[in-house]
Amino acid sequence: MELNKLTAHELIGQLESNKIKPDDILSSLKQRIQSINSKVKGYVRVSDLLSPQLEARSSKLPLKGIPVSIKDNICTEGYNTECCSKILTGFKPPYDATVIKKLKAAGATILPIKTNMDEFAFGSSTENSCFGPTHNPWNLDCVPGGSSGGSAAVVAADEAIVALGSDTGGSIRQPASFCGVVGLKPTYGRVSRYGLIAFASSLDQIGPLTKDVEDNAIMLNVISGYDPLDSTSVNIPVPDYTKTLGKNIKGLKIAIPKEYFISGIDSEVKTCIEEAINQMKQLGAITKEVSLPHTKYAVPVYYIIATAEASSNLARFDAVQYGLRVKAENLIDMYKKTRDQGFGDESKRRIILGTFALSHGYYDAYYSRALKVRTLIKSDFDSVFKEFDCIVAPTAPTTAFKIGEKTNDPLQMYLSDIFTISANLAGIPAISVPCGFTKKELPVGLQIFAKPFGEEIILQVAHTYEQATLWHKKKAKL
Amino acid sequence: MNYEAVIGLEVHLHLKTKTKAFCGCSTEFGQGANSQVCPVCLGFPGSLPVLNKLALDFAIKAGLGLNCTIQSHTKFDRKNYFYPDLPKNYQISQYDMPLAINGYLDIDIEGKTKRIGITRAHLEEDAGKLIHKDSESWVDFNRTGIPLLEIVTEPDISSPQEAYEYLSCLKNILEYLEISDCDMEKGSLRCDANISLRPKGAKELGVKTELKNMNSFKGVKDALGFEIERQARALENGEKIIQETRLWNIKSMETVPMRTKEEAQDYRYFPEPDLPLFLISAEKINEINTSIPELPRQKLERFVHDYGLSEYDAKIIVSSKAFALTAEKLIKKWPNKIKKPLVNWLCGPLLSEANSRNLSPEEIIIPGGDDELIDLIIAQEEGKISHLIAKTVFTESIATTTLASEIIKKKNLFQISDTDSLNAMIEEVLKDNIKSVADYRAGKTNAVMALVGQMMKKTGGKANPKLVQELLKRRLENA
Repeated sequence: MELNKLTAHELIGQLESNKIKPDDILSSLKQRIQSINSKVKGYVRVSDLLSPQLEARSSKLPLKGIPVSIKDNICTEGYNTECCSKILTGFKPPYDATVIKKLKAAGATILPIKTNMDEFAFGSSTENSCFGPTHNPWNLDCVPGGSSGGSAAVVAADEAIVALGSDTGGSIRQPASFCGVVGLKPTYGRVSRYGLIAFASSLDQIGPLTKDVEDNAIMLNVISGYDPLDSTSVNIPVPDYTKTLGKNIKGLKIAIPKEYFISGIDSEVKTCIEEAINQMKQLGAITKEVSLPHTKYAVPVYYIIATAEASSNLARFDAVQYGLRVKAENLIDMYKKTRDQGFGDESKRRIILGTFALSHGYYDAYYSRALKVRTLIKSDFDSVFKEFDCIVAPTAPTTAFKIGEKTNDPLQMYLSDIFTISANLAGIPAISVPCGFTKKELPVGLQIFAKPFGEEIILQVAHTYEQATLWHKKKAKL
Repeated sequence: MNYEAVIGLEVHLHLKTKTKAFCGCSTEFGQGANSQVCPVCLGFPGSLPVLNKLALDFAIKAGLGLNCTIQSHTKFDRKNYFYPDLPKNYQISQYDMPLAINGYLDIDIEGKTKRIGITRAHLEEDAGKLIHKDSESWVDFNRTGIPLLEIVTEPDISSPQEAYEYLSCLKNILEYLEISDCDMEKGSLRCDANISLRPKGAKELGVKTELKNMNSFKGVKDALGFEIERQARALENGEKIIQETRLWNIKSMETVPMRTKEEAQDYRYFPEPDLPLFLISAEKINEINTSIPELPRQKLERFVHDYGLSEYDAKIIVSSKAFALTAEKLIKKWPNKIKKPLVNWLCGPLLSEANSRNLSPEEIIIPGGDDELIDLIIAQEEGKISHLIAKTVFTESIATTTLASEIIKKKNLFQISDTDSLNAMIEEVLKDNIKSVADYRAGKTNAVMALVGQMMKKTGGKANPKLVQELLKRRLENA
């Protein structure tokens, strides 16, 4: 049996009945990675997989030694964590991120090789990686989405059981949509950011990418919760997210925001979403069109706030303590040469944008105004959630695009996140679940939003829909 | 032309919390380089700050002690600039919502009270220390992340002496609040000054310079003094003052330009997204307020009022909280209404004893305790022992941990006030000091003091000097 193809909950069942051992899963994964990673390139630094220390943890704990794949921006003690950037070459964190600690405490095996990503999570295609792009398992000429493209691709290609990604403007959901997997961005503050190398601190959240909704709930159970090391994590009890699965959605009120069905949207994507909405009606949900009037400002607001925070967060990469250091004549020269050679184009673009937005004389016009509009975007959602249990919309306006198609047009690339950005600005949870395929066999994702800490509703709706459609069972041919 | 100086001071002080502002590392001074660091204060990727609540409490306490309004909401901001001693290349500070605003501090200057306004006080983190050796530079991050309170005055200070007084009073208050060591040498207190000149009586402000690198209160005073002269000379010569930062050079005793306003950095402040907005409840402020002890100024006034101390003595006593406590305990035990003899002892022998041992007065252990000291002073007051003997006995008592009364008894140091035996000794002294006698008789009346000295020597300091002088004079006048 190809254990790598199974879900975590299926494997946990087999481990519980002693049919298999954790090492069986690991060797099945290793085999798959060795045979397929050269095509997909979802993992980076693959030679580290042969690390002699790596053995699956035999465990009585809930995750029973299940291997978990980790995005390259989440700190893993002793394992390289480089954000797929030259500037962090060789950086082995001296500590585990809180999510890694929690996973280990729950009995997971952390893979030593990390998943590919856009450098510092700057991008929507995983093309901005210093290791080169990841290829979409459904069509190797296409991007897997980004920035957690590596995590989405390895789950889709059965090179992983489950994976963690991070989502600042759609970096979990958009690649989940492009790769036909389930990706959840939790409520801001639900999951600790301690150990997540920051892109935009007020927007970043870690979340799971999985083969189905049940796995997503299992992962969320483990990684959620208040962390005294993260002052922005929220001290609200963590429910058992698997308990909500299987509950029907009869009478649930679902809002359909008209701003998410704009002209630029791919017609096949639109059809899939409309069919999904119909399916939900058949399952007993009540749907109604609503308006989120400030949606059109989401992209500009996001690119001001996110780049401003990024420009400051990335200032620490200065060659003093860790990572790349280019030989130089003096201090300023060291900064300049290291940052010039260490950062890729997109990182430089965003650092410059953010530095500009915060500069004296421009702060009020840009950053300060963006914060105000952000509040408006949030209140759009607040008012919808007074009446509705959740919001359903497409995850992305298109399916996976060709590698290289948008690399010379940053603005087109930025628009790829047009439907996912608002959830980060509002701090609300949102998931992407597979909801069909185009004629070219590319997956389409359905996005479900709920109010802050409404992950249970999201998972309930996603699970009911998933079980009624079984899109998640379809595997990429590789 | 006659100019007046307009001065504002910016003080940075370490709050003496056990751990750093945003992580659990120790703040102890003088430890091995980079021995008190962690991913958070080293700014490692992925690490996040968590505010040390005690640092916030200390900052509130300082704000209250400086008569500030504590804001109900406070937030942190990032101050962005590149420097190798700043591991994140931004400093967590407070920009537009400082913790404390609109305070003041009263100082005494030329016998009058002057109120110096305090614009704001805010909390931030310290940077590390650069060490340059040969052609290499190293960074010690032990200091990185130590909580700093920045206290900014209004431009209310008009002279170097006022600046000095302000700093002394500030230090005094902060020591009373027990929130900072205020040690400029250890870098736990640093001070920058803004200074401009304008024609006396003019309303408009002149162009200011910012002075840095002063490492003592006296340095601040000297640097300001130099800068006033420099600016006045420039203005007299019709030169324009350039808005710039200048460094005080202690060796050459002058300020030298560091950077001009055009080169000033744009810190690109924005709200620190890793920390929430902090709400400071009225109850919290109240709780901290009640923990604030009587401050030096109030204590001084009370000492003057309740115990009849002179302002001069009271000022010496309240200059240290512990000394003031020790002193007040003694004052309360002192049986007489007139406190002066005791106070003279506190500010005299006790203080000099402490100074000579490099201790604070309250650290001096007196054998037999307060009562023994009081008895010693009373014995001197009553003439049982001379003042000189009292002082010597006091020193010996501390050095040998023997009761003063025992030393006096054992060595029989009681003052000789017996006229007959003194007169007998006087005859001998006169015989041996014919020259002094002649001098006296020739009109050099001061010569009597030399004779008194001889008498004291003869009696091992035991003679009652007043009586001896009287007897000597009488003897010399009469024959």
